[in-house]
This record gives sequence, structure tokens and C-alpha cells, in this order.
Amino acid sequence: MEDAGFVIGSYVVVLGGIAVYAATMISRARRLARRVPDADKPWT
Amino acid sequence: MANAPAGGITPTHDTGTRVTQVFGTLAALGVAWLCAFGLLFSPADRDQRESVRIMYVHVPSAWVAYLAFGVTAVASALYLLRSSHSLTWDRLAGASAEIGVLFMGVTLVTGMLWGRLSWGVFWTWDARLTLTAFLFVTFLGYLAVRRLGGTQHQRAKRSAVLAMLGVLEIPLVHFSVRLWRSLHQDATVARIDGDPDLDGLMLFSLFVGLIAFTLLYVWLVIHRQRALVLEDALDDHGLDAALVERRAEAALQGGGR
Repeated sequence: MEDAGFVIGSYVVVLGGIAVYAATMISRARRLARRVPDADKPWT
Repeated sequence: MANAPAGGITPTHDTGTRVTQVFGTLAALGVAWLCAFGLLFSPADRDQRESVRIMYVHVPSAWVAYLAFGVTAVASALYLLRSSHSLTWDRLAGASAEIGVLFMGVTLVTGMLWGRLSWGVFWTWDARLTLTAFLFVTFLGYLAVRRLGGTQHQRAKRSAVLAMLGVLEIPLVHFSVRLWRSLHQDATVARIDGDPDLDGLMLFSLFVGLIAFTLLYVWLVIHRQRALVLEDALDDHGLDAALVERRAEAALQGGGR
């Protein structure tokens, strides 16, 4: 593929950025969830 | 989805539910389809050749950023206008803005990579690029304002005003290519004449990207909004504990006189 570095790099930036954000956010949410009683979680 | 707590006695619930599992699974399938169509099945463009494949992640990222900032503004307006002043709207606004900043950031980076191939430079102070960067910085500022001190309702009020002002930049960004002589190409799909300038597999691949990224946005915003509920609950518990401690101290001092 012509310009493969730029094309694949753009997919890596987008999907990698979203994956890192999602992993960080969900792992923090899990840590917080352990310290909050279920009564304060309207979705449970 | 249940997690064992640190003590390992009572199971606690995190931010995942059946709804988030469904959206997460659909988003993952959508992203896999996007990679297959964007990188393999869609044809190269006559003019831009292989670099057109960047469009399948660049345009959906920009769309989700616009959507996220729009949701932030609507939720902010609902917080301010409704008599209940429910913090649920404020948390939705905050969650959506954070995800919008993420998608706007990757839009800028992928735009720079595409620009290097199309124009020969990573960046130029073109109207569309400059206004997009300005929109990004505006909502970064919005996130900073949310972290200022004060009560949760003070946070909600000041950030809501900023969100409703910031969202006014979106039409300016979108129509900048028509308002000024821009290096950036005109809209490919969201055109005024309603006739997309793409056909066949390329248009289909772009729509796969738009749907996949919209599903990703919904999944992320549900999780982030629930994480904000947890953060606010911990703040409340911390404040309650501090008040109890302060009252106990005051009672001790009063008893000692």
C-alpha cells in the first residue's frame, strides 16, 4: 500500500487513543465503584 | 458486571450493565468492519489514491466530536432551564465534552497526517484548521473550568454557560470552507445539495465508520457519566465525614469550657 505508514498510523492514533482512554476511564471507575455503596449507583 | 470489593465480602457494581455490554459489543464489531472496509475492501481514490483511507477514521472522528459538543450544549441548557437543576444533565454534559475533546484531538492528528500527504505540510493556518484547533482548545478550557473549586451546582452553572457559548463555534468550523477561501476540501457527504460526492464502496465504508464511532461514543459516554456519579458520591461522602468530624471537635471544645 502506498503511504502505508501514514494510513495505518492514522488508524493506530484513532483506535489506540480511544482504547487507552477507555481502559483508563473504566479502570478508574472500577476503583471508585469499590468505595461507593450500591445505593449511590442509580443504574444497579 | 460485578466486581469483588477490596474486602472480598459484598459484591459491588461498577459502571457496566447489560446496556453497556450491548453497545460495547456492537461498537467493537463496527470498528472491526471499519478496519476491514477502510483498509482492505474499499478502492483507492483516483486523485488521492491510498491516502483516502484516512477519511474513514478522520470524518467519523470529527462527526463524533461535533455530536459530543452538541450533546454537551443541550444537556447544559437542560440543566440551566429546568427548575429541578438536576446534576444528571451536568454529568452528561461533562462526560460528553471529555469524549468530544478526545475525538477532536484525534481528528486534528489524522487531519495533519492526511494534510502531509495531500498538501505537503502537516499544518497550515487555514480557516478550517485554525477554527477546529480553537474549538478543541475551547472545550479543553471547559474541562478545566469543571475542575475549579466550589460546589457541584457552582461547577454545573459556570461550565453550562461556557458550553453553550463554545458550541456556537461548530457551525463556524463546518461552514468555514465556504465562508473563507480554504485549503481544506468542501464537505463530501453533508452537502447543501444533498448529493454526496462519493459513491459505492467508499460511501458505504464511510457510513460504517460513522455508525461504529457513534456506537463507541454512546458506550463511552454511559461509562463516563456513571464514573462522574461515583466521583460526586465520593465527594459528598467526604464532605459528610468532614462535617461530622468538625461537629465532634466543636462539641469537645464546647464541653471543655
